[in-house]
Amino acid sequence: MNGRASLATNLRVVRALGMRSVRQTFRRPQLIAPIIVFPTLLLAIQTGGASAAVELPGFPPVQSFLQFMLAGAIMQSLMLAGNSGGIALAVDIEMGFTDRLFAAPIPRFAIVLGRLAGTAALGLFGALWFLAIGLIFGAEIESGVAGALLAVALATAAACAVGGIGAAIALRTGSASVVQGLFPLVLVVLFVSSAFFPQELMIEPAKTIAAYNPLSFVAEGIREPMISGIDATDTLEALAAIAGIIILGLALSARALRHRLRVG
Amino acid sequence: MPAIVAEGLERAFGEVLAVQGIDLAVEEGEIYGFLGPNGAGKTTTVRMLTTLLLPTGGRASVAGHDVSAEARAVRRSIGVALQEAALDPLMTGRELIRLQATLQGIPTAEGRRRADDLLERVDLAGAADRRVGTYSGGMQRRLDLAAALVHEPRVLFLDEPTTGLDPVSRKTIWEEVRALNNEGTTVFLTTQYLEEADQLADDVGIIDSGRIVAEGTPESLKAEIGNPHIQLQLAEGSVAEAEAKLGEIGRLLPPKDGKKVLVEVENGAADIPRVVRILDEAGIAVEALELVRPTLDDVFVAKTGYHLEEESEENSEQEPVGA
Repeated sequence: MNGRASLATNLRVVRALGMRSVRQTFRRPQLIAPIIVFPTLLLAIQTGGASAAVELPGFPPVQSFLQFMLAGAIMQSLMLAGNSGGIALAVDIEMGFTDRLFAAPIPRFAIVLGRLAGTAALGLFGALWFLAIGLIFGAEIESGVAGALLAVALATAAACAVGGIGAAIALRTGSASVVQGLFPLVLVVLFVSSAFFPQELMIEPAKTIAAYNPLSFVAEGIREPMISGIDATDTLEALAAIAGIIILGLALSARALRHRLRVG
Repeated sequence: MPAIVAEGLERAFGEVLAVQGIDLAVEEGEIYGFLGPNGAGKTTTVRMLTTLLLPTGGRASVAGHDVSAEARAVRRSIGVALQEAALDPLMTGRELIRLQATLQGIPTAEGRRRADDLLERVDLAGAADRRVGTYSGGMQRRLDLAAALVHEPRVLFLDEPTTGLDPVSRKTIWEEVRALNNEGTTVFLTTQYLEEADQLADDVGIIDSGRIVAEGTPESLKAEIGNPHIQLQLAEGSVAEAEAKLGEIGRLLPPKDGKKVLVEVENGAADIPRVVRILDEAGIAVEALELVRPTLDDVFVAKTGYHLEEESEENSEQEPVGA
């Protein structure tokens, strides 16, 4: 098989595994609930109960609290998509399904990429879901279609990046309960970012942590096109944060994969 | 060239040496039965031969390719159905076989055709669009087998393919394995069932504590153990008296339960009239008489000192896993 044919075959494998991953999520309620249901509920509760926050001095100028919170809901959704992807991979390991994949003549990293493709698709779905909710309930996307597309693209890439960390933990531990146990940690990391609240209004030490939390950069990259306009600096910072998380996730996944194949 | 070769194959897990220098050669077109109890090292050996686990010593090749250095080439040549059918309960049978075809690099249209053919072959066409989680244990095994065949592999590894199945499902799998072998597929089959090895295998390797303790055709292994014996249940007369008479015919084996007399005979069934006549002349009445041929269990006992315990066949049909 020549290089181009081999690449095409491998891409077909990644696509097939990604599609399986998406189907698996939609067929298992406990995987789809965290991605869509929980963030939707949290969004409803927060916008219903804390909408006066926009009156606080220092709060960024926004059309409504819902408009501000959409990025937070998307962040929560994509973070939990990454976590769910890790849980699903760990379940595959526990039930031996990954052995079927490891015994196939494909590059073994394609198995991780297939899972990440599925997680990215779920990130895309989550972003579209919350944009639709925002539009239905009157939130405007200040930078129009281009801004919406940018926010969706960043969310998709970020889901893929976070999925890499989830995959690494799944490959290393092979335990769905361990990956599931990280669920609260995911929320803690998200809450000490600017996803749900403006960094300027936080108190220490949360303010400093949020300033360096890569998720803050991703959240701002998604939020800015919605509440003001496309900003090159915010976008590049978000892309850099996503790239950093992707590199970390893939490096940890590659290492965990090698370990798994060595120890069986 | 043998389809599977292992030379001094070893696998250690920390301090524990699970496989301790296995040598074997499986010829092309053969069914090789790898027989042993749980924990003997069967699955570890299969995982090394199928490139799922790196050996820590020795070497092995499958279909002419080294399992460590040419793992991808090995994986192109083999089909694998592992001990616990590695199936996703949320997929349908058809989705699983199509995915397997994609994993093997088979073009989409061809993969769909093969999936349909294989589902027909294993009698799952009617359940093809049902989720695997709703399948019975036997259906799951048949699906697993079909998935392993999608790329028409030269060598098929079946790790305990019938463990936990009811006798009917077990026979169905046996028939399929025989049919595949008749089509030229080399089959490496691990099992803890003596009957399975006896029925299916051309050659048998008996593994215990990570070592092969006996190897050969089932018949040659049984012949090594010795001649058949006649087992007698006496109605009247003492065991000691019967043994004194029968000792003239052949070697006496330790009496079973202290009540049954066992005598080894050279000519099998042809020696039965002579035994009956001698006991009759001595006035010893026989309640039951049975000619017992050596079994693979006798071979196992002779080589390891203990019986290979068979899994209970009661309640063996697996419940469908939750969808």
